[in-house]
This record gives sequence, C-alpha cells and structure tokens, in this order.
Amino acid sequence: MAYTIQGETGAWELVIGMEVHAQIIANSKLFSGSSAKFGAEQNHNVSLVDAAMPGMLPVLNEHCVEQAVRTGLGLNAKINNYSVFERKNYFYADLPQGYQISQFAHPIVGEGIIEIDLDDGEVKKIGITRLHMEQDAGKSMHDQHPTKSFVDLNRSGCALMEIVSEPDIRSPEEATAYLSKLRMIVRYLGTCDGNMEEGSMRADVNISVRKPGDEYGTRCEIKNVNSLRAVHQCIEYEARRQIELIEDGGTVDQETRLWDPNKMETRPLRSKEEAHDYRYFPDPDLLPLEVANDWIEDIRKTLPELPDDIKHRFVDEYGLSHYDASVLIAEKDRVEYFETAAKDRDAKLTANWLLNELLGALNKAGLTLTESPVKAQQLGELVSLIEDKTISGKIAKDVFADMMETGKNPADIVEEKGLKQVTDTGAIEALIDEVIAENPDNVAAYKGGKDKLFGFFVGQVMKKSQGKANPAAVNEILKEKLNG
Amino acid sequence: MSAIDIETVKKVARLSRIRVTDEEAEKLAPELNGILTWVEQLGEVDTDNVEPLPSSAEITLPQRTDLQTDGDCQDDILANAPETLEGFYVVPKVVE
Repeated sequence: MAYTIQGETGAWELVIGMEVHAQIIANSKLFSGSSAKFGAEQNHNVSLVDAAMPGMLPVLNEHCVEQAVRTGLGLNAKINNYSVFERKNYFYADLPQGYQISQFAHPIVGEGIIEIDLDDGEVKKIGITRLHMEQDAGKSMHDQHPTKSFVDLNRSGCALMEIVSEPDIRSPEEATAYLSKLRMIVRYLGTCDGNMEEGSMRADVNISVRKPGDEYGTRCEIKNVNSLRAVHQCIEYEARRQIELIEDGGTVDQETRLWDPNKMETRPLRSKEEAHDYRYFPDPDLLPLEVANDWIEDIRKTLPELPDDIKHRFVDEYGLSHYDASVLIAEKDRVEYFETAAKDRDAKLTANWLLNELLGALNKAGLTLTESPVKAQQLGELVSLIEDKTISGKIAKDVFADMMETGKNPADIVEEKGLKQVTDTGAIEALIDEVIAENPDNVAAYKGGKDKLFGFFVGQVMKKSQGKANPAAVNEILKEKLNG
Repeated sequence: MSAIDIETVKKVARLSRIRVTDEEAEKLAPELNGILTWVEQLGEVDTDNVEPLPSSAEITLPQRTDLQTDGDCQDDILANAPETLEGFYVVPKVVE
C-alpha cells in the first residue's frame, strides 16, 4: 500500500529526495595538511590555507578522491573520469574563503542505485543522482554571548561527500530506510564513520506533496535534520504543513527551512531577498581532476562484500527471510558473528537465536555484540545441541541465560546441570504411566470428551521430567496411551 | 549578452558585500558593460570542434598524500582577527 496522508480534500502523496553530507574518513583535510580529527581544541586543526590567508593555495588530498570513488562504486554508480572543482560563493562568518570549493557541473560520481529494506520485508530501489566532493564549513556558536558569535574553524576544509538521491522516496519510513542503508554502505566501505551525533553524517530533506498521479508539487528543502528520528518527524510535519497550506487555498513557496527538534517544527531559514545565488565557476586554483579507469578498477578490487550482496547471499544460501537478512546486515560485526555461529548448522535457527535472544539480552545488559559473553562459536554449539535433540528449545533458553552470566560452553552447562533431554521412550513411558495413575479423574474426564485436558497431561509429564523430556515424544506416547 | 542595468550592479554589489551608492552604480553600469563587450570579442573566434583547454600548461592536477603536515598554529591564524576570545574568532552575532 502506498503511503499517503489524508487531508480535507482526500489523500496526498509525498515526494522526497535527500542530500546527505558524509565526512570522508581521512587523516587530513581535502585541500590542506591540517588534521581532520574530531574534537580538537578550537582553531587547532587550522592551517593558513583553512583560514583562507591571502596567497594560500589548495592541494588536493589523493586519499579523499579514492574514498569518493570507493563510495561511488559502493553505490553502484558511474565514476566520472573527468570532474571539476568549482567555487560556490556565499558569505558567512564560518566560511573564511567567501566560497566553498565544491563540484557542480562535473561531479566525480554520476548516477547509481541502492536497495532499501522496509519493515514488511519489501525491498525498494532508490536512485542516486550524483556524489560530489566539497569542503566543510567551520562552526559558529551563537549562544555564548548576547551580541557576538564565536567561530571555530577546525571543521573548515574537512572533506565531505554530498550524496544526492533521486526524488524516489515516498514516505518517512522509506526516508529513514534510505539513510540507514547509506550509512551502512559507507561504514562497510570505511569511507565515513556515519556518526550522526558528531555531525559526520547530516541530511537535508527535499519534500513536496501532490495528489496521486499529479505532477510534482513545489518542494521545500529542510536543513538541520541530524538523526533518523528527526528525518521521520520533519517529513511528517512538513508534509502536513504543505497540505494544510494548499487546502486553505495557499501555495507552497520554494524555500529552505530549518528543522527545530525542540519545537518539532520547520521554519523558513533565509529571507527571500537573499535567495541563493551561488555564482558557481571553476576554481582557477585547481585543474580538472582526471581519474584513470585502471585506478578505478584497482579500487573496485579492494571493495568488501557490501550489505545488499550479503543480504542476497543470506537469503539464497541460508534460506533466511528478507527481513532477518536485512537486520543481520545492519552491522558488520553482526554479519561476522552470524557466519561463524551458523557454519555447518541450521542457519535459520541460528539467526533466530542471534536476533531474538542474544541481541535482546545484550541490549538489556548494555553490551555490544563484540563485548558479548556468549561468543559466536558458543551460540553455534547451543544451536547444535538443539539440532541433535540433546536439549529442547525450552531448556536451551535456560542454558543460554547461564551462558550470558558465566560465559561457559553450552555443553559443559548441560553436563554439569544434567539437562540432557530424555528421548529414551522407555523412560518417558514410565513418567506418563505415573501421571496417568496419579490422575484417574482427569483421565476419565479426558476420555469423556474433555480434549483440552491433553495439555494438562503434557504439562505434568514435562514437570516430572524437570523439563528434560523431548516434547514431541511426550506428545506422541501420551496420545497413544490416552486414546488407546 | 544582456546589458547590465543599475539594478544588476546593485545586486552584484550586494552579493559581494560591497557598498555601492546609486550614483556609483550609475557610473559602474556602463563601465561593466564596456568590460563585457570587450570580452565578448572572444566570441568571434571559431571554436567549433575545439576541446576546452582547462590550462595552458601541460600539467595535471597535483595531489598530496593524506598526512597531517600542517595546522596547530592557533596564534598565527588568530593574529589578524579584530576580536578573539579563548581561541575563538569573535564576530558580530550572525543568526539566521
């Protein structure tokens, strides 16, 4: 079902495109040798180039180009052999050059495509329009003084990739799924750490609304959307704002708006008088960037297996559901853990234990997967014990709880506590006979037609076996005895 | 090329943060038009089937390896700032 918002005049469809800024993982800045590390003291990671002192010249960081190409390959995109750095001109206190070096008409990466995974297991393809490299700006603080702003240029000149999507996104859920997948891809590639709190990944969201089947409406660009939650909230707010505006007889102005997470609203960012006029032109300090196909192919050879490829492999090879596979690929550690645990075992059962039991228990304990007391091999052994019927699934939960606490091997716990499942039919039969002998009234009632009492008998037998009797065997023998 | 009128001069001046009075703008408009007309002479050269030439020198874009070689000179970069505090540049409040 397509997502729509119900207005007074009927259903409205959302059309969303995203521009994501991702800081490139590098030691130094895009055009200077200052450190690109986060968290230094104010104005320490700043060179004369970053401060735009007269006469300083930019020199391109080769590794940043490689990272951008790598990301482009990870987005299944076309890499452009020829790209051009241009100046995007605007005035702001934290932009000492008076322009940002960016790419405009000739970006390094062209059209690509990625898959997003939705909650119902559905997969949708979202087009990538382009990826280009550009400089980050510095940081202004406005809340330290009544009439002054404080400027820190540490971030000024750090390398960013701006990744622009096609307007293929149709709901808040798709938007967050897109951002999650993008984050996943750059983290797998090692090109951006994806840390949204520290601002190394930031999103601008373009939103318009239309009646299903109509032409695109006028869009607004929402800035300052810095978490998955904010993406979701700002889209819902902005879409409703536009719908109400149109239904009240107004029109949407194309403008840049700011998301305010405290007031939970968007509001206009720049006055219309100051409408964008960036006067792009090729930066005369930088020649066009040429990258050779051989070099691109060398980079391609070093790409890791990417999340979507792993997802497809998990579905095809292991028979996992799309949903389980999409949850497993969320973190690289999770994929490695799963593959170790599931090796030569029932992969679906292993995935269930990992996703339903282990991740829940770790979450409760406030631990990450790498800190887990239960190692991948141990979880696998637990699954094996269930598979070869040494223990039942129910007993396995107790064993698992013990493993979480002590870090012991499951086989040792089963041995120590005598938890081995009773599959010996003779022993189970004896237990059943005892239960039947102890409950003559219930036996009579059952035979008289109270079928529901069957569960009571199973419960009694399991209790007598301290949970160790094989439930399938109990069911079968009990049925024979009671009905026979 | 459309001629530069006074409004255009004022707009370009505003974008460049240069204060230009009405009288100055009136004087600047014909001057800018003169420059553009002069540059437009280049249009007379036949450039069909000629690849754009990004640089007259036979060199490619120089690149550097990704090493930290610069920075850590807070005093130097703040030396010319009209106002600083605790290592920050201090500017008139600029909130949008």
